[in-house]
Amino acid sequence: MRYRTPIKGALGLGSAKDGVHHWWMQRLTAIAMVPLVLWFSFSLISYAGADYEVVRAWIGSPLVAVLLVVLIASVFYHAQLGLQVVIEDYVHLEWLRIASIVLMKFATVLLALAGILAVLRIALGA
Amino acid sequence: MHTKQRPLSPHLQVYRPQLTSAMSICHRISGVALSVGTLLLTYWLVAAAAGPEAYARAQSVLGGFFGSLILFAFTGALFYHLCNGIRHLMWDAGYGFNIPTVYRSGYAVMIAAAVLTVLVWLLALLFGGS
Repeated sequence: MRYRTPIKGALGLGSAKDGVHHWWMQRLTAIAMVPLVLWFSFSLISYAGADYEVVRAWIGSPLVAVLLVVLIASVFYHAQLGLQVVIEDYVHLEWLRIASIVLMKFATVLLALAGILAVLRIALGA
Repeated sequence: MHTKQRPLSPHLQVYRPQLTSAMSICHRISGVALSVGTLLLTYWLVAAAAGPEAYARAQSVLGGFFGSLILFAFTGALFYHLCNGIRHLMWDAGYGFNIPTVYRSGYAVMIAAAVLTVLVWLLALLFGGS
C-alpha cells in the first residue's frame, strides 16, 4: 500500500536523499581523526618549541606530510558538516541561514586548501 | 493557523540541568569552538611555509601568555570532543544506551579528557622546546 500521494513526487519535496551521506561522512572523518589527532597532539609536544628547520623537516617528511594533509582534509570536512547542522538548528531566518551556510562552506574549503598548500610547499621544498 | 507562534520542543528552560544534556550541548559548543580554533593550525602551517620570520612571529604569538591560554583551552575542547565523540560512535554502533551506562561513560569522558589535556601540557612543559 502506498501512502505517498502523486503530488509529492511531482513537486519533488521531501528528502534530498543526502542525509545519510552527511551522517556517514561525519562518522568516517571522526573515526579517521581519532588516531590522527592523538598522533598530532603528542607529536607537537616535541616539535612545537623546536627550531624552524627542525619543524620544517618534520612537516616535510613524506609520511608526516601525507598524514597532515589527511588530517587537514578530515578536520575541515568534519567541521563543515558539524557547523552546517548547528546553523540549520539555530538560524531561523531563511536568507540568513542559507547565507551563513554558503559563507561557512567557502571559509572551510579556503582554510583547508591553505593548510594543505602550506604542507605541500614545505614537503616539495618550494 | 498560528503555527509559527507555537512553542517548540525541547523547552530547555523547564528542564532541570542533567549531566546528559549538559554534555550534549558541550559537545556542540566545543565543536564550534574547535572549528574557529583550527584557524590557528592553518596559521601555524602557513607561517612555517612562508619562512623563518613569519614562523618566529607565529611562535611568539602562540607561545605568549594569551596564545598559550587559547591553546590550553583548545586542547581541553579537543580532547573533550574527541572522547565524547568516541562515546557518540559507540551509541551509533548501538552500545551503551541504558541510563547507568550513559552516566558512567559520561564521567569516563570527562576524566579522560582532563587527563589527556593535563598529560599533553605536562609533557610539553617537561620535554617541549627542545
